Amino acid sequence: MAAPMVKRSSLIINNIFSNYIRKNISKCKRSISFSRVNGGENTSQTHFGYENIPEDEKEERVYKVFENVATKYDLMNDAMSAGIHRLWKDYFISKMAPTPGTQLVDVAGGTGDIAFRFLNYVRNEDSESYNNQDRQSDVETPPELRSISESDEISESGESKTEKAKSFVTICDINQAMLDVGKSKAENLGFSSETCFIQGNAENLPLESNKYDVYTIAYGIRNCTHIDKVLQEAYRVLKPGGRFMCLEFSHVTNPLIQQLYDSYSFQVIPVMGQVLAQDWKSYQYLVESIRQFPKQEEFVEMIRNAGFKMAKYENITFGVTAIHSGFKI
Amino acid sequence: MHTDSEDNHHPGYDYLYSGHIPTTRFQKTLLAIGSGITAIVDPARDDMVSAFGETTGYFALQRLREKMLKDPVGRQILEERPILNSSTLDIDYLGSLPENTFGKHYWKFLTKNGFSPDARLPVQFVDDDDLQYVMLRYRQIHDLFHTVLGMPPHMLGEVIVKMVETFQTGLPMCALAAMFGPVRLGPVHRQKYFTTYLPWAIKCGSSAKFLMAVYYEKHWEQDLQEFRQELNIIEPPPGIGRKKKNTENAS
Repeated sequence: MAAPMVKRSSLIINNIFSNYIRKNISKCKRSISFSRVNGGENTSQTHFGYENIPEDEKEERVYKVFENVATKYDLMNDAMSAGIHRLWKDYFISKMAPTPGTQLVDVAGGTGDIAFRFLNYVRNEDSESYNNQDRQSDVETPPELRSISESDEISESGESKTEKAKSFVTICDINQAMLDVGKSKAENLGFSSETCFIQGNAENLPLESNKYDVYTIAYGIRNCTHIDKVLQEAYRVLKPGGRFMCLEFSHVTNPLIQQLYDSYSFQVIPVMGQVLAQDWKSYQYLVESIRQFPKQEEFVEMIRNAGFKMAKYENITFGVTAIHSGFKI
Repeated sequence: MHTDSEDNHHPGYDYLYSGHIPTTRFQKTLLAIGSGITAIVDPARDDMVSAFGETTGYFALQRLREKMLKDPVGRQILEERPILNSSTLDIDYLGSLPENTFGKHYWKFLTKNGFSPDARLPVQFVDDDDLQYVMLRYRQIHDLFHTVLGMPPHMLGEVIVKMVETFQTGLPMCALAAMFGPVRLGPVHRQKYFTTYLPWAIKCGSSAKFLMAVYYEKHWEQDLQEFRQELNIIEPPPGIGRKKKNTENAS
């Protein structure tokens, strides 16, 4: 991995490695530069974790990260968050509170965590409303009306007796390895008929405009090169009245918690990545990319700029994760 | 934008050598524990064995370097930094050597077991360029130890080599492998180990010359038994499957 030659604060080196640093280092040192920098002549630069790289390289670098981690993705999520990511995702869906018949597009949805939770939620909704109907109806349908109500009941999936549209999730991800994992999970869980998996770039979705009721992107948007383009595409594919929802790592507001969180992130997570997934660097990238993502207020402003109304956010777990939401109205 | 403490700033990959991942003391400790457990639970994870060796080997590597510097050949190895891989080793040349030579025996070891000299992992977690090379050299000449000691690469052979390496290098990783390895042996091998091979390995490891300071690449054409005598290595006990016998070479 080529490391550009840049200046480096010797103070930081001494803090960490005073025992080990050789006196005559002639190797290249890597820069730690935090903001987006416009590069020299032709290429503009962007961040890849704490590294500065040309913008057009970022997509490929991110692709490689997720190709490497795909098979261990779910295991690592459980290990790194001690299973808490499941609670975050459950909460996210409960905030969405989808009704049966909703058409969801889940971008960067790779392994399907959001999609499957959504489908479980609407299936439960379905059976609940069906049970409610049963309970509410204490009068038998008269014979002359029975044929009409019976034709209403005929539906192919057999799941919803009153809704014509079936709840469906379109899962879109740029990374085929992640999609493959998601597809096999869908088969094992019995969701194949309610999902479809499409490879595509969040900045340029291969999907029709004005088609979806809800757009979600969970723990994916911080890996995209141009967040504004992702938001524009989200706006485009949503139906008027549709809802944009983003679940993403964000910035911790409490300084004490932040110190603990930072220490955990930088000291423990890459080691976990090495031991469990044989991949230090991808998990180092993960914790660095979280710090590079805009803060809650800045991101909600970006959502407003894309045209969404009623844009707001909610912190979960002291801001470790945040849910941002907006409507296309 | 960043308010995390300075301790969390990464000095950069490839900092001291290509493939280097700098780590703090805390990370090394955690990695040592994690890799140690993983290596025992899943011995196929050779990267975990490597990581364990690297994170626990600091003092042993220092001592090895000092010892190598005191030996003229060892010093030469540290200066020239010979590397054993498929581009520096001419496999066909080794195969063309006479039957009794060290090089031919090594060739047989590689080809019969389907090993490649490239299979050894690069060093990542050692925070010193010299020590990184010492670790790498140890890893690369492990197969040569097998040849010089006459040990096949099955579990028993590996444990025996690790026992000799413990005396020769002092690396905690070797000591732990030598201690825990016998647990995985079958009853016949275990009995053989404790009655015959362990005493031999201890005697051999402690009385042999300093094996890290041997320029193996210059001895391919030497007769193997003569080479062993030079290195003060007692001939291995029979029955383990010398290179000449085909039957016991299967791992």
